[in-house]
Amino acid sequence: MLRYLSRRLLSSLLVLWVATFLVFTMVVNSGDPLFDLKMNPLTPDSTIKFREHMLHLDLPFLERYWIWISGIFRGDFGKTMSGADVGTQLYQHMFVTIRMVTAALFLAIVISISMGVYAALRRNKFQDRGIQLLSFFFLATPVFVTGLFFQYYVAVPLDHAFGTQVLSTAGESSPFASGSFFHRIPDYLSHMTLPTITLVLAIFSSWTIYQRSSVLETMNLDHVLLARAKGISPRRVMRRHILRNALIPVTTVIALDFAGLLGGALITEQVYSWNGMGRWFLGGIGRQDLNVTLGYLLFTAVIVILFNFLADIAYGVLDPRIRYR
Amino acid sequence: MKLRKKTSEAAPKSDIVSQWRLVARRFRREKLAVGALILLGAIFLLCIIQTSINPDGWSTLTLSFGEPPSWAHPFGTTDAGLDLFSGCLKGALQDIEIALLVSSLSLVIGTVVGAISGYFGGIVDSLLMRLVDLLLVIPLLVILIVMSNLFAGKGNAPLFVAILIGLLAWTGTARLVRAEFLALRERAFVESAIALGASPWRVIFRHLIPNAIGTIMVNTTLTISGAILLESTLSYLGLGIVPPAVSLGMLVQQGQGSATTSPWLFFFPAGFLLVIILCIFAVGDGLQSAFDPRKTR
Repeated sequence: MLRYLSRRLLSSLLVLWVATFLVFTMVVNSGDPLFDLKMNPLTPDSTIKFREHMLHLDLPFLERYWIWISGIFRGDFGKTMSGADVGTQLYQHMFVTIRMVTAALFLAIVISISMGVYAALRRNKFQDRGIQLLSFFFLATPVFVTGLFFQYYVAVPLDHAFGTQVLSTAGESSPFASGSFFHRIPDYLSHMTLPTITLVLAIFSSWTIYQRSSVLETMNLDHVLLARAKGISPRRVMRRHILRNALIPVTTVIALDFAGLLGGALITEQVYSWNGMGRWFLGGIGRQDLNVTLGYLLFTAVIVILFNFLADIAYGVLDPRIRYR
Repeated sequence: MKLRKKTSEAAPKSDIVSQWRLVARRFRREKLAVGALILLGAIFLLCIIQTSINPDGWSTLTLSFGEPPSWAHPFGTTDAGLDLFSGCLKGALQDIEIALLVSSLSLVIGTVVGAISGYFGGIVDSLLMRLVDLLLVIPLLVILIVMSNLFAGKGNAPLFVAILIGLLAWTGTARLVRAEFLALRERAFVESAIALGASPWRVIFRHLIPNAIGTIMVNTTLTISGAILLESTLSYLGLGIVPPAVSLGMLVQQGQGSATTSPWLFFFPAGFLLVIILCIFAVGDGLQSAFDPRKTR
C-alpha cells in the first residue's frame, strides 16, 4: 500500500511538472503583454525596452521558465502588470471561490446521491422519469443560462416584490457591510444563494444519472439476491448491501469531475460578478497579464491532480478488492 | 428478436449490413429519439433555408427597435433594430457547423489513439494515456480561454475555435475506445483473426472498430453537445465567436443586458440552444439503446 502510494504520488508530481512546462509554453505564446503599449506610436522605445526587461520578456524561454518555477518554490508567484504580488491576490480570491465551491459541492453530492438512489428504487415509474428528465434538462443547460435566468427572473422580481434586496445578484458581499462575521452572515447568504444554486444545478445532473445506474447495477448482483433470500429487511439490504457498493464508483466520478466544477465556478463568478479566482483569471486574460494567468492555471492543475490522486486512494480504501501493485 | 440477435453474434462478419439494419430498426422504436432527430433535421433545414434566402437578415437594420415578437419578426428585434429570428438561425447554423467539425476531428483522433492504445498496449499505451492525463489537467474551457487571444478579432475565428476544440476534446473518446478494445481484444474472434494471419490494421478496422461502433457513436453525440456547450460558453464570455460572425452564446450575452425589459432577447437564443442540446441528448440516448438493447439503463 505504502509503496503504491509513493509511486502514485511520484507520478502525480511528474505529471504536474510536465503540466507546468506546457502551461508556461501555452501562456507565454498566447499573446504579447505589451501589445497595447507597442500599438501606441507615442511610446518611446526605451519604455518598451524597460518594460520588457521588467517582465523578463527579453530573456530566452527556458530562463523565463526557470525564473517562474523557482519563484513558485519560494512562494513567489511573480508580479502583476501593475506591480502587485500575484501570490497575495491568488490567496484573496481563492477563498471567495472556495466558499461557493464547497457549499455547492456539498449540496450537489447530497442531492445527486439521494435523487439517484430514489430514482433507482422507483425505476421506470413516474418519479424516476421525472428525475431523469430533470437531470437531462440541467445537463443540457449552459451554466450561464441558468445563472442569468435566476438573476433576472427570480432575484429581480423577488427583490421588487419585497421592496428590498432579498437575493443579491452581484458581488460576493456588500461593499459597505460592516460588523463582525456573525452580523454579516445574512449578507453573505443573500449573496451566496443564487450562485450556489446555479453551480449545484450545473453539476448535480451527471452525478445523479451515474448514481442511478450504479445502484441499478448493484441491485442485480448475486450477493444482494442472497441477502434478500436470507430475509434481511429491504431497508437493511439497501443500506448495507447495495449503497455501500454503489457509492464507490460515484466517489471517484465526483473527484474526477473537479476540473469541470472549477470551469462551472468560473462562469458562475462571471455571471454574478463574484470576485473569485475565475473573474480574476478572466481579468488577467483581458490585460494579457501573464503571471495572473499562470497563477490560476497552476492552481487549477494542482487541484485537479490532487483530486485525481485522492480519487485513486478513495477507490482502494472503499473497495478492498482493489489490489495495489 | 432473441433469435435474430444470436445469429448476428454468431456470424459478425457477413452481417455488417444487417447490423446497421438491426440498429436502425431498434432506433425507430425509440419514439423520443426519432422525434428529436426529426426536430434537429427541421432546425438544420430551417437554418439553411433562412440563411440562404435572407443572408443579410442579421446585418440589415430595420426600423423597429426592440419590438416584441410579431409576424414580421417572429423572435422580435434587438434594441439596434436587428431581426432576432435571422440572428438565432444564423447563430444556430454556426453552432451546428462548429459542433460537426469538432466531433469529426475528435472522432478520428480519439478512435485512432484509443485503438492504438488498446490494441498494442505496453509502452505505447502508457505514453498515450499519460498524454491524455496531461490534457485533462487543465479544464478545456480554461485552455480555450487562454488560447482565445490567438484568434480574437480574426475573420476565420469560428473555424479556428472549432479546430482548437476538436484538437483537445478527443480525450474522452480515446479512453472509451481503449477500454472497449481492451475487452474485445481478449475475445475468441479476435484471436482467430490474428491466428489466421490478419495484420493489426485489418484486425482493428475489420473486427474491433465494427464491434465498438455503438460506443463510439453514442460518445460522438456527447462530443457534439459538449462542443456546442463549450463554444457557446466561450462566446458568452466574449472570447469565442465575435461579430460579425454570430452564435447563440453571443446572442445570449448581448440579450442579457435587457433581459428584464425585453425578455425575448434572452429567451429565444437561450431556448434555441437548450432545444438543440436536448435533442442531441435524446438522439444519443436512442442510439445507446438501439446499439445495446441488453444494457438496461
